[in-house]
Amino acid sequence: MSDDKLLHSRRNALKCLAQGGAGTLFVLAGGVFTPLDLARAADDKPGTAKLGKPLFVQISDTHIGFNKDANPDVDATLTQTIDIVNSMPEQPALIIHTGDITHLSKPAEFDLAQQMLGGLRTTELHTVPGEHDTSDATVTEYFSRFGKASNNKGYYSFDHAGVHFIALINVLQFKPGGLGTLGADQLAWVAADLKGRSSSTPIVVFAHMPLWTIYESWGWGTGDADQLMDQLRRFGSVTVLNGHIHQIVQKVEGNITFHTARSTAYPQPIAGEGPGPSPLKVPADQLPKMLGVTSVFVQKHPSSLALTDATLA
Amino acid sequence: MIYRKYRTMLTLTRIALLWAAAASFPLSATAQDAGQIVIKDYMFAPTSVTVKAGTTVKWTNKDDEPHTVVSDAALFRSGAMDTDETFSFKFDKPGTYHFTCSIHPRMVGTITVE
Repeated sequence: MSDDKLLHSRRNALKCLAQGGAGTLFVLAGGVFTPLDLARAADDKPGTAKLGKPLFVQISDTHIGFNKDANPDVDATLTQTIDIVNSMPEQPALIIHTGDITHLSKPAEFDLAQQMLGGLRTTELHTVPGEHDTSDATVTEYFSRFGKASNNKGYYSFDHAGVHFIALINVLQFKPGGLGTLGADQLAWVAADLKGRSSSTPIVVFAHMPLWTIYESWGWGTGDADQLMDQLRRFGSVTVLNGHIHQIVQKVEGNITFHTARSTAYPQPIAGEGPGPSPLKVPADQLPKMLGVTSVFVQKHPSSLALTDATLA
Repeated sequence: MIYRKYRTMLTLTRIALLWAAAASFPLSATAQDAGQIVIKDYMFAPTSVTVKAGTTVKWTNKDDEPHTVVSDAALFRSGAMDTDETFSFKFDKPGTYHFTCSIHPRMVGTITVE
């Protein structure tokens, strides 16, 4: 395919996305992940060619099964998101899904989500569950499909391209009235996992609920995340990726960059606006601008990652 | 006209009979009312409910967002309830039962069984 044709097909894919939302692309630059606009990256605007090799794409909060006014067709917006990722000039090595794969933890929702995510050209998929994925009465639907990587614990780690990835679960042990919880067992496992690891190893941590407190009244945080951060502080490059709040919120604290991703399904209000984090109904032409994916690129060296966010329009 | 009047009287009699029947079992009627919890705007309403032992409590979700009802003591756990879906649990033993929504853990409530 000629470059012109490729560009054309990518533009078409982006045009399709005018109805929905995409993910986030990450580039680690100078040890700090920098978010970039994925739509801009796919549109070959100046500067994007210097992004480097795409390391991974983060997809979040696909909420398959949701059918309310805020987005009556979440299947279509996920399909558009997958098209955006598949049309990237160079495919990412892996895909991360930061939870709320389904809306109601129903078997049919998980089956459809798996089938749809199977349409990604990048086949290596790593997941963590959201609270919507563990809301079945027996809490088994997620683990029967995605539990293998963690031996059904929900947390695990792996290495890729010199980057150490840590997947955590913070949606199972809720203290009533409180925030998400990692728990003593998981924190002890993280300590063992990081022991003896060089401080120059770039670390990517991902979990569904934010690993810092964004808004306590809506449970947008993790009660014992400070104990995790104490363990991560010695590393030169740490990127913490979450979903849950359906909008981008970022913070940099020392060497730790925090970033929450957009949903591919529907936006949520800004913290504190309204009675709770209900699906936010926006005009149809606004919706695609509020959905998206995040991508991470490696620039020259693994400790140099850049982060970009793309919307469906 | 006469026929219609007769029918109206009959209906009124029926209503009176039903009213008397209901009034003769005021406790069960009250207990049934007390066993209804509505979930709206990310809150259980009422937050605290007192019922007699043997009462079945029913939760109804009136939000656009799914909610669950999970007992702190792992006595009961609903699946995700979508809009207008319900969950019921019968409380046989006296005691205090705290519950939460596992999707929105800030949502809490208490059932007191007498």
